[in-house]
Amino acid sequence: MRLLKFLLTGILFGIVMTKSEAISWFRIQEMFRFQSFHMYGIIGVAVVAGALLHLWIKKGGMKAADGSIIQFPDKPKTYTASLLGGTLFGLGWAMTGACPGPLYTLVGHGYWIILVVIASALLGTFTYGLLRSKLPH
Amino acid sequence: MIDFISQPWHWSISGLMIVFVMFLLIYFGQRFGVSSSFRALCAIGGAKNMASYFDYDWKGHDWLLTFVLGAIIGGGIAINVLGSPAPVQISAATITDLAEIGITTPQTNAEGLGFIPHDLMNFETLGSLKGFITMVLGGFLIGFGTRWAGGCTSGHAITGLSNLQLPSLVAVIGFFIGGLLMTHVLLPIILNL
Repeated sequence: MRLLKFLLTGILFGIVMTKSEAISWFRIQEMFRFQSFHMYGIIGVAVVAGALLHLWIKKGGMKAADGSIIQFPDKPKTYTASLLGGTLFGLGWAMTGACPGPLYTLVGHGYWIILVVIASALLGTFTYGLLRSKLPH
Repeated sequence: MIDFISQPWHWSISGLMIVFVMFLLIYFGQRFGVSSSFRALCAIGGAKNMASYFDYDWKGHDWLLTFVLGAIIGGGIAINVLGSPAPVQISAATITDLAEIGITTPQTNAEGLGFIPHDLMNFETLGSLKGFITMVLGGFLIGFGTRWAGGCTSGHAITGLSNLQLPSLVAVIGFFIGGLLMTHVLLPIILNL
């Protein structure tokens, strides 16, 4: 039962990813070619509304479901990793047309070929884990 | 009602709905970030003994694995119950550009729904060089890059930026360096192989 709410939230996420068309390879191409405002609109609205949400929660506007105070840990200041890892991810994103959330959603559409992309992503994460101590962060 | 939801959503509605998902996860005591699921899946698959990165309590990520299972189910519901009447409508300029590199944009649902490029991504092209690079190398870079960067579009571009995290801004700049380089320089070469 503890996990049911996450299953339902995930179902909502899959619907949002589909109806927003953020899972479309064609939409991602359009974004990286600056030929439509669509993706920028989605991310822009999410960031602005998300910033207001963070601000409101930090001012004490809301507690978590279990009554605890909500805290937001800072992202680690590993700028080299952010830039280099981010660039590698960008290369992959523009090829496959999907970031991790959309990859899962596309499997739900019945595009079994995407399982190959997910398996490759797991291999990528596994390789990162092996090389982690040798990479700059 | 179903017909109304079945239309493609306006970007502003989509952006707000993503924040609603983020809000629910925060309220339930978690943080929005999908790519950590790759780490958890590797740990479950036995990578625990091979690298210290995977030697962690993945059960702390059981909520995230449940969430991505939901995303799969949600995708199935969205396409079977709330399917759009027409394929994804992209700009005419993009359709022209993609035609030049050999990708056909579907115009009717019979040709494809516009989610994945069927002439590039299928089990036959997986054996070709261009198909192998886009799907296998592409996926590898997603898994390697997101974990090195410490997040993907959800964890950095949405959660991180909206919490004013500088490392996330740097990561998003990286996403675009890689994405622009691939789209404008490398992809035309790869698709020509």
